[in-house]
Amino acid sequence: MSLTRRKFVGTTVTSAAALTVLPNLSLAEGAGEAISAYTGGAATSDTGLTLIAPEIAENGNTVQIEVSAPGAEEIVIFADGNPNPNVATFKFGPAAGSQAATTRIRLAGEQDVIAIAKMSDGTFAKAVSNVKVTIGGCGG
Amino acid sequence: MAENVTARVRAPREASVGEVVSVRTLISHPMESGMRRNGDGEVIPRSIINRFVCTLNDEVVIDITLEPSISTNPYLQFEAKVTESGTFNFTWYDDDGSVYEESSEISVS
Amino acid sequence: MNTKSKIATIAVALGMAASSSILHADEDANLVVNGEIEMVVRTAAPAHLEGALSTIYSGWVFRADETQAMQADDFDNPGMLFVENGEQLFNTAMGADGQSCSSCHQSSDLTNVRATYPKWDAEHGAVQTVEMQVRECQTEQMGMEEPWGINSGDMLDITAFIASVGRGQIVDVAIDGPAHETWELGREIYYTRFGQLELSCANCHEENYGNRIRADHLSQGQINGFPTYRLKNARLNGVQNRFRGCVRDTRAETYAIGSDEFVALELYVASRGNGLTVEGPSVRN
Repeated sequence: MSLTRRKFVGTTVTSAAALTVLPNLSLAEGAGEAISAYTGGAATSDTGLTLIAPEIAENGNTVQIEVSAPGAEEIVIFADGNPNPNVATFKFGPAAGSQAATTRIRLAGEQDVIAIAKMSDGTFAKAVSNVKVTIGGCGG
Repeated sequence: MAENVTARVRAPREASVGEVVSVRTLISHPMESGMRRNGDGEVIPRSIINRFVCTLNDEVVIDITLEPSISTNPYLQFEAKVTESGTFNFTWYDDDGSVYEESSEISVS
Repeated sequence: MNTKSKIATIAVALGMAASSSILHADEDANLVVNGEIEMVVRTAAPAHLEGALSTIYSGWVFRADETQAMQADDFDNPGMLFVENGEQLFNTAMGADGQSCSSCHQSSDLTNVRATYPKWDAEHGAVQTVEMQVRECQTEQMGMEEPWGINSGDMLDITAFIASVGRGQIVDVAIDGPAHETWELGREIYYTRFGQLELSCANCHEENYGNRIRADHLSQGQINGFPTYRLKNARLNGVQNRFRGCVRDTRAETYAIGSDEFVALELYVASRGNGLTVEGPSVRN
C-alpha cells in the first residue's frame, strides 16, 4: 500500500509500509533508537516540556495525553512499549497560540510515554510519563 | 476513501485581537494500525489518517503527523492566536489518498 | 481537584478483589453534559428493588476521571460522531415510497422514547425494544424489505440519535400490566447462575458493584447509558450485544441478540435503572 506524504522528522524507524508486511509484532522495539535518531544523540534537558498522561489508563485503546513546551518548534511523542514507538509529531506554525496539544493514543501495555521537544534554539527537552494499562476483567 | 468519515471541529466564532483560542477536532476514522489480523490470520493492512494541518488565514497553526498509535476517531486539540477575522481551514490526509476538509469562520474585533 | 491516587498492589483472586483506589474514579462526582443537561447518576433505588439495592448508580460513576470527562462535553464524546450519522439516517429516504423516519416523526417527538423503552406493544402483543420498533416502522410503515439488523451499524447510529435527544429524561419503564410477565422472566434470568463459572448478573452487579473483577471496576450494570461508546473497541455498543458478552464471560452458550430472553432481560435491567437519567450515548471502558 503506498502512502501519501508523511513527514518522518528525522526518525529512521521502519516505515509503515513495512509494517503491513511484517508479522504481528509482539515485541516492542523500544523508543531509544527512534529518539536518538531524532535528537542526533544530543543531550536533552528535563525542563521546559510538560507531558500529562494518566497514571493508570482505564483502557489502553484510548489514552488522552497532553504536551506543552513554550517556545518549542515541534514536539514528538514516542511510546516505548508499542510495536511501533512513533506516536505523533506536532509542528507549531506561526499562527499557533501556544506550543501545546492534546490527543488520544493507543498503548499496548504498561509503558513509558516519552515526549521530546525541539526548541527554537536547537536544543531538546524530554519528558517521560509511565502509564499503567489495565487489561482484563469481565468487561474485557 | 475510508467509509463514512465524519469530521467535526470546534473553534470559537468570535474573539478579540491577539486572543489565544482553543481549537478541537474529532474525526471518525478506524485508524487501522496494520497490526491486527483478520479471522483468516491475514494482516489487516494499515489505513490511517497520517497528517493533519490547521491554518488560519492560510498561516499554519499546527501540522501534525499521526502514526498508527493514535486512537481510532482521532482527537486533536491545540491553540491558535487570532489577529484578524478570517477562516480556519482543517485538512486531514488519509493513507488511501483521500483528503478531508473542514473550515470555520472567526470574526475578530 | 482530584489527585491521582497512588498505585496500590492488589491481590487478584479468581473472583473479586476488594475495592481499592487504584484507578481514580470520583464516586461523588456529578455529571452535567455541555453545562446544560443535568444527569441523575445516583438516586434511591426503585421500589421493586427493595431488599436488593437501596441506591442505584449510573455506570458513569465507576469510570476513571478521564473517562468521565469525555462524556461531559458533546465534542469530546466520540459517540456523538455517530449520533450525527444517526440524525442523517433519520432524515434519509429509505422506504418503498421514499419515506424517511422524519416523514412521520419530529426528533422532538422522540424525547421520551429511550426513557420508556422497552415497552409493551398492544398491537403486537409483546414487549418491544427500540430496535424492534425501528424495524417495525421500517417494514410496516415504510415498506422496506430488509429492515436493519438489531446490532448493525445503522441501527446503532440511529438508536444513539434517539437516545441523545432523550438525554436528561428520567428512565421510567413500565413493569406492570401486560409487560409484567416479560419483566418477571427478565428478573428470573438476572438472578440465574449461568455457565461454567456459574455467575448470575446479580453476583457481579448487585453483590459486588464497586469491587474489582481482575482489573475491571464493577458497576451496577445499569443500561441508561446505552448505546455506549466503549474505549475498548472505540465504537458504539448496543445493550443486547453487551448482554451477549457478559453471558459469554461466564463461559455459557449465550442467548441470541433479539431473543425473547434478551428482550425480557433488557426490560428488567432497564427497570433497575428507573430514576436515573438517559445518558446515551455514554462513554464507558
